[in-house]
Amino acid sequence: MLKRLTCWTALAVAMTLPLSAQAHRAWMLPSTTILSGDNAWVSVDAAVSNDLFYFEHHPLVLEGIGKAPERASAAPAGQNAAPARPRPANRLLITAPDGSEVAAQNGHVGKYRSVFDVELTQKGTYKLAIAGAPRYFARYKENGEDRRWMGELAEAAQAIPATAEDLQISRMESRMEVFITSGQPTDSVFTPTGQGLELQPVTHPNDLFAEETAEFIFLLDGNPAAGVEVNVIPGGIRHRDELNDITVTSDAEGKVAITWPQPGFWWLEAKAVQEDGLEAPLNQRRATYTATLEVMAP
Amino acid sequence: MHKRLLLSLATAISTVSAAEIKVSVEVPRLPVAEYHRPYVAIWIENADGHVADLSVWYDLKLRDREGEKWLKDLRQWWRRSGRALELPIDGLSAATRPVGQHSLRFADDHPALAALVPGDYQLLVEAAREVGGRELVRLPFSWPVTEQVSHQAAGSSELGKIQLNIQP
Repeated sequence: MLKRLTCWTALAVAMTLPLSAQAHRAWMLPSTTILSGDNAWVSVDAAVSNDLFYFEHHPLVLEGIGKAPERASAAPAGQNAAPARPRPANRLLITAPDGSEVAAQNGHVGKYRSVFDVELTQKGTYKLAIAGAPRYFARYKENGEDRRWMGELAEAAQAIPATAEDLQISRMESRMEVFITSGQPTDSVFTPTGQGLELQPVTHPNDLFAEETAEFIFLLDGNPAAGVEVNVIPGGIRHRDELNDITVTSDAEGKVAITWPQPGFWWLEAKAVQEDGLEAPLNQRRATYTATLEVMAP
Repeated sequence: MHKRLLLSLATAISTVSAAEIKVSVEVPRLPVAEYHRPYVAIWIENADGHVADLSVWYDLKLRDREGEKWLKDLRQWWRRSGRALELPIDGLSAATRPVGQHSLRFADDHPALAALVPGDYQLLVEAAREVGGRELVRLPFSWPVTEQVSHQAAGSSELGKIQLNIQP
């Protein structure tokens, strides 16, 4: 079960975020999520790694933030490898309580993490979101061998041979969010986009306390989504033996209830799989939603 | 008639509302190399949650109200009340206090007491110290009282003795 989940996560991240093929968990970690006073800033790490929240594998490269590392675009001499596909960087969208877009500042990309600052000039709740366009992924057999393909759906017919067997084409969508509140929490940034998997708070995500139960509703394309598997993992994985994760599934109203056993930063991953009602040639759709949540000590 | 009514009303008010509460909070001496006076919030809750604030001690002297940056470290008070306030507030915002026992008196005309309907309450005292710890002490009490009542509690780290004295 756990192994399946991890594999799936890796695949989803790899497909939907332009990262290395063996990506693991992608996350943002803010310096804090609750601020008082007028001169409110947060610094945010963005990375892809196995363990949460340690930057140890790859920076999460974001458009306009720092200088992106150069990708190896040419095949090494003497090898017949395909050139790496140029992919757009993830776009970070920071939304202020009044709905305006805020630019990240002091961006930097290091070996293992991207870093940026956000100034919170307004009171209320801000949203940091990374949600790219859908990506398409296919797996099939050709002459008995497993093949994979990734690209634009329009190119699929050309790229995948007509002789492909067991063809499965998936649409992968992802959204990653962090919420930060200066002063009194507000709800303006929770208006759903209506695309992909999204979180609709019942409990405000900047009002989470250990030993209390938080409720969230998951929306798929703006509608409550039943059967969404939601997994939460507390940070600090490196310094313990057990993952200590909690898995819940959304009810008919799309709702989940999570009782936080301990304070700290938690990583939430929700996923919805749809196999019916898709337009050809798609036969699967996978939508993920991830968030980094801070749970306060009581 | 009118005059007599007014008179009896005034008598009634003065009888009913002679009440006052005294809160005594000890800021303990701590054997630490780097000591900063704690931020302290004192407020009243009932079973439904926050009822009224009594006092909040924080660094009022820093320029540009920079001292408000750490108010969120009084994390329960910040959640229950602080985050909804426009500080500073007269009669609520106060400077941090040194080591020792500090007495605060809240008379019947204080808005916090005016808000109290008869029932069961808790006095909450929360302290958070820069480069130090944080502690929350709760002291249950009933309101109003028919005779003078004293309640006591003690913190174990960031707060010392807490006393609540209620006059009928």
